[in-house]
Amino acid sequence: MAEAASPSPAPKSWDLNPLLKVDHLSMRFGGLVAVGDVSFRAGRGEVTAVIGPNGAGKTTVFNCITGFYKPSTGRLALMQGCPATDAELDALTCGGLASARTAAGTTYLLERLADHKVSSRAKVARTFQNIRLFAGMTVLENLLVAQHMSLTQAGLINPAALLNLPSWRRQQKQAVDHALYWLDKIALTARADDPAGDLPYGDQRRLEIARAMCTRPALLCLDEPAAGLNPRESLELNTLLLAIRAEHETSILLIEHDMSVVMGISDHVVVLEYGRKIADGTPQEVRNDPKVIASYLGVEDEEEVEAVAGVHA
Amino acid sequence: MADHRSDLWEREDTPPEGAPAPQPAPPAPPAEAVLLPALKDAVLTGIITGLLLLPLVGFRATESGSGPLTLTYRFGLVSVFAGLVMVLRLVLNLTVWRPGRPPRAKSAALAGVSQRIAPALKPAFFAFALLYPFIAIVFSGSLSLSRYWVDLGIYILTYVMLGWGLNIVVGLAGLLDLGYVAFYAVGAYTFALLSSSVPLNAFFDAHVAEGFWASWSFWVCLPVAGLLAGLWGIILGFPVLRLRGDYLAIVTLAFGEIIRLVLINWVSLTNGGAGISSIPPITFFGVPFNSGDDGFAAIFGLDYNSMHRMIFLYFVILGLAALTALATIRLRSMPVGRAWEALREDEIACRSLGINTTLTKLTAFATGAMFGGFAGAFFAVRVRFVSPESFTFMESAVILAIVVLGGMGSQIGVASAAILLIGGMELLRNLSFLKADFLFGSDFDPSLYRMLIFGFAMVAVMVWRPRGLVANRMPTIFLKERKAVSGALVKEGHG
Ligand SMILES: Nc1ncnc2c1ncn2[C@@H]1O[C@H](COP(=O)(O)OP(=O)(O)O)[C@@H](O)[C@H]1O
Ligand SMILES: [Mg+2]
Repeated sequence: MAEAASPSPAPKSWDLNPLLKVDHLSMRFGGLVAVGDVSFRAGRGEVTAVIGPNGAGKTTVFNCITGFYKPSTGRLALMQGCPATDAELDALTCGGLASARTAAGTTYLLERLADHKVSSRAKVARTFQNIRLFAGMTVLENLLVAQHMSLTQAGLINPAALLNLPSWRRQQKQAVDHALYWLDKIALTARADDPAGDLPYGDQRRLEIARAMCTRPALLCLDEPAAGLNPRESLELNTLLLAIRAEHETSILLIEHDMSVVMGISDHVVVLEYGRKIADGTPQEVRNDPKVIASYLGVEDEEEVEAVAGVHA
Repeated sequence: MADHRSDLWEREDTPPEGAPAPQPAPPAPPAEAVLLPALKDAVLTGIITGLLLLPLVGFRATESGSGPLTLTYRFGLVSVFAGLVMVLRLVLNLTVWRPGRPPRAKSAALAGVSQRIAPALKPAFFAFALLYPFIAIVFSGSLSLSRYWVDLGIYILTYVMLGWGLNIVVGLAGLLDLGYVAFYAVGAYTFALLSSSVPLNAFFDAHVAEGFWASWSFWVCLPVAGLLAGLWGIILGFPVLRLRGDYLAIVTLAFGEIIRLVLINWVSLTNGGAGISSIPPITFFGVPFNSGDDGFAAIFGLDYNSMHRMIFLYFVILGLAALTALATIRLRSMPVGRAWEALREDEIACRSLGINTTLTKLTAFATGAMFGGFAGAFFAVRVRFVSPESFTFMESAVILAIVVLGGMGSQIGVASAAILLIGGMELLRNLSFLKADFLFGSDFDPSLYRMLIFGFAMVAVMVWRPRGLVANRMPTIFLKERKAVSGALVKEGHG
C-alpha cells in the first residue's frame, strides 16, 4: 500500500522466493472486520513475524492460513518447491482446484483445503495462543499422535499394525526415533513418560512446538510462543527457534509481542493494526517506521509490564 | 464460521499455577472444641430430618375396605429415622469430617503391594474366567446344579463385552453414545433373521449339505452380524458425528429408539413385538448338542447333559469378550487408537496435526458398533428368541453405567464394573434373608427394592470414586517406565 511506494525498491528476499503468498485476505465476523485486505509474503526458509496490538487480527490471520476459518475473501497460496508465478496462481484460482502440481513443485490454495488437509497435504503446522496439548497423554504419545499421517499411509486400520508384524514395528521405531530427536531438541527426553499436562508452562510451550515439528511441516505458524514465559524460558525458546531455522527447511511464521524475540530472530516483520497492514519490511525498517512507532511500539512497554505481571501473578 | 468461535477464542494467557505446595497439617484442635460443634450439628440435622419426615412418614392414610380413609400416626418411626441420621452425622463429624484431620495418605506399603499385584491382575482375572464353569460345578455339587452360576457367568460376560465395545466409543474416543443398544439389536436381529430364514435354509440344503444351515448358521452369521452392525455404525455416524456433546448424546439416544420402533412396526420382516423364536441352537462347530448318536455327548463319550451347551456358550462369550479386549489393546497402541484418545483430549489440536477427525470418529463408532453386533448375535443364539423388548433404552443406560463406573477407558475397570453391577443386581434378587421376621417381615419383597439399592450403590461409588473404579490412564507406549497418568489430567471428551 503506501509503503510499496517508498524509495529504494530493492527486491526483498521474501518477494523473490516466497513460500506463502497472502493476497487481499479479509475475514469478517458479522459486521466486524477482523482482517481487512491484508497482503504479505512469507519467504522460504525465513522467519516472518506478525506483530500488532491485541485484537489487531493476528490470530485470525493464522486461523485463516491453517484452515480453521474460511476467509471471507482473499487468496492464500502455499508453494512447495519452486514458487509459482502470479499468472500460474491466477490460473489455479480460476480453475477451481485446491492444488496444482508442476515439475517444480506443488502449489496449494489453503482457503480451499479442509483444516486437516492444510496440515497433512500443504504441510502447515501450528501452535495455539492458549496451549493445546493432549494433557492426559504422555510427552512421547503427544509426539507420536503428531506423526499420525506418516504412520497411517498404509490405511487407518493397517493389518500389519493390528498383528504387530515386524514391518510395523520397524515403522513405529522410526516414529519413536523421530520423536526422540525432537525431545532431545527441546531437552525433555527425561520426561518422555510423564503426562504432558504435568509439565511446567515453558516446557509445554516447547513441547507444542516440537509436536508441530513432528509433522515435518514446510511452514510452522507459532501464535505468541513466548507469552507467559519467564526470561530463561524465553531464551530457551529463542534457541529452539534459531535451531529450527538453521537445521530444518521449515519456514516460520510467528506472532509475537516480545520485541526482543521479534527483533532477534525474524528476517521480516509484518505489522497489523485494526485488521489492516500498516507496515512490512525488515526489522530495522519496521522499527523506524513512524506509523509503527505511533501505533504499536508506543504500547510496547505496557504490554511488557502486563506480560511480566502475568508471570509473577 | 461463528461456530468455531468458542473453540478458537483466545483465553487470557495466564500461566497455570504451579501445584500448590503440600500444606503442613495444622495441629489437631482440642477434643471438646470438636465435640461441641459436632454435637450441635448432629442435633440440628436430626431435627431437620424429623421435621421433613413428619408429613412424609409421620402420617399414613390407609383405605379400609370401602369405608373412609383412616389416618395412622407413625411418630415413632419418624423419631427412629431422625435418631439414625443424628447418630450417623455425629459419627461422621467425629471421624471423616473431623476438622484438622490430616488428608489420608495412601499407605506406602499398600501402594507397594498394589504395584506388585498389578501386572498379575489381568492374567489372574483371565485364568479365573477360564476356570469359572469348573469352579461353579465343583461348588454347586454337580453339572446340572451349576446351571444358575454358569448362566450368570454368561450374562455377566455379555455385559463385559458390551462394556468393552462401548468403551471404545465413550472411553477412548470420548463420544457420548446413548444408543449403543441399537447395534446390539442389529447384531441380534441379523443373526435371528438369517438363521431362521427358510429360503436360506433351503438353499444350503440344496447346494451344500442337508442341515448345513441349522448347524453352521451361527458361525457364518457371527461375522456378518458384526460387520452389519459396524456398517450401521457408519451410516449413523456420518450425519451425527458433526454434532458434539449433548446433541450427539440425544441423537444417538433417538437412533436407539428408532431402531426399536422399526423392529416393532416392521412386522413383515421382524414379526413385530412377538419377536422371532425359531432360532436354531448353537452347535459345537457343526456338532449339535443333543442326545442323538451324532451329538456332542456321544462323540466325546460323555453322558448327555443339557449343560454342555451352556458351558460351550460360556466359552464362546469368553472368547468373544477376549477378542474385544485384545483388539482394543492393539488398536489403542496403533495410530488410530492414539488418534481416538487425542480426539478425546483436544479435537482442535488433532485437526491442526492433520488428523481427519470425522473419519477417526467414524472408525471408533464402527468398531464399537461391530463388537456390539457380535454380542447381539451371541445374545440371540443364547436366548434363541429375540424381541424388541430386549433392546430398550434401559440396556444402553446399563452399558453406559458400566463404562462410567469402571472408569472411562480402562478395560479392567469396565470388567469389574460389569461384574459388580450385573452380578450385584442379580444378587439383590436373592435377598430372601431380608424376609426374616426380625427384619422386614415375610410380606417384604426385596426384589422390589433392587433398583433402589442399586441406585444408592451407584451414587455411593461415584461419590467415593468420581472418575470410576480405575481412574488412571495407562500410556500406550513408554521409553523407560510405564507410569499411570492421573485421572485428573485425562479429559472425558466433549462429544
Ligand atoms: N470467531 C470469532 N468471532 C467473532 N469475532 C472474532 C472471532 N475471532 C476473532 N474475532 C475478533 O477479531 C478481532 C481480532 O482478533 P484476534 O485475531 O484474536 O486478534 P489478535 O490475535 O491480534 O490479538 C478481535 O476484535 C476479535 O474480537
Ligand atoms: Mg491472538
